[in-house]
Amino acid sequence: MPWVEGVLAVFLKDWRSEFRTRYALNAALLFAVTTLVVVSFAIGAFGISGDLLAAFLWVVILFSSMAGLGQVFIKEVESRTFTALRLVARPSEVWAGKFFFNLVLLLGLEVIIIPLFFILLNPRVSDWGGFLAVLILGSVGLAGATTLIAAIIAQAKGKGALLAGLSYPILIPLLAAATSGTRHLFRGDGGAGQEIQILAAYAVVVIAAASLLFEFIWNE
Amino acid sequence: MALPDQREVSLSAQALTQRFGPNKIFESLTFEVPKGQGLVVTGPNGSGKTTLLRILSGLLRPTKGEVRLNVAGKVISPEERLRHIGFITPELALYEELTALENLEFFARVRRLKRTKADHLALLERVGLKGRGHDLVGTFSSGMKQRLKLAFAIQHEPVLLLLDEPGNSLDDSGRAVVEGVAAEQKKKGVLIVATNDARELIYGEKTLALG
Repeated sequence: MPWVEGVLAVFLKDWRSEFRTRYALNAALLFAVTTLVVVSFAIGAFGISGDLLAAFLWVVILFSSMAGLGQVFIKEVESRTFTALRLVARPSEVWAGKFFFNLVLLLGLEVIIIPLFFILLNPRVSDWGGFLAVLILGSVGLAGATTLIAAIIAQAKGKGALLAGLSYPILIPLLAAATSGTRHLFRGDGGAGQEIQILAAYAVVVIAAASLLFEFIWNE
Repeated sequence: MALPDQREVSLSAQALTQRFGPNKIFESLTFEVPKGQGLVVTGPNGSGKTTLLRILSGLLRPTKGEVRLNVAGKVISPEERLRHIGFITPELALYEELTALENLEFFARVRRLKRTKADHLALLERVGLKGRGHDLVGTFSSGMKQRLKLAFAIQHEPVLLLLDEPGNSLDDSGRAVVEGVAAEQKKKGVLIVATNDARELIYGEKTLALG
């Protein structure tokens, strides 16, 4: 299937590039690890409630993704490879390739963040299946929205501020659902079924919107 | 990539006008370049040579007017035109963290070309980069990068080749490569060159002076 091959080519190119430069990974990882360690030292022996831990987990994931995931298009513009990519690749293949790159990057980041979070802050989880569902669906929505917004702001000046400014209003429903679901699972006062449904719907809407809008964004 | 009927390739521009805000770059440009011919676009800095080539490529929409690329009796849409052209410009760079071979392999895959490693190596040899395929592009000199950009532009045997200052950073052997590519292109399709270098006027049968 030519479309899948095109998506795979963009995905593999970005990974090869990332392995050699650590452009996105270093920025995201540095933020995540530093924040987790600093907060755990600040809390010390006092400990914090499940409500705050859930919010703190998603704040770390959100800011790490802002530091790393936005780079996929910004890097293409700054290194002047953007024109070459526009000349050769179909817009839908570019978006899908970069979305999957960001998703794998985010999930990889979480493989490091989550164990560290549990070691340092020691939350209790009532339902691990629900926790993983919230984490994965939240990551799909986060990666999808960030990839689309990164494409919009890539050619603008003041990209960092714009990425954050444009992302937060769009990410509020996702963050609210993810934090609420995680809070229920940390407190053990019921499942996160409703939040999981919201996160799944959010991911579908973001991917559908990106499929419709990206070609216009890419060609303008 | 199998080329369409190459006996029917032409590029025409109808009343092209480009403005950036209040600044008029050029107005009412009309020309046609049939297969087998080259057009050299000249003009002082800021006269709109690069802008004109971006419009012809389909990367930029003109303020007014229309560009038509006819291939085998069909007009190619601006979005599809990107896939039918080869374009080098100082504004374009290739992936410095990849090797020359990895760059060509990536571009071939997204262009849906069936190319082997031997094909890529032969292309690199053609532009004078024999033996440098496994080197990172970031370690190349500016002349070598220009040669690789030339390979990128002709990899898919485009019907329309747009060269913006092709002699940039090239030594005499590099200029000979460009000359060979230009002559070959005119046998297969249309060539447009934007330049201020008098040595590059030979690439076109027609000249369009801007500014």
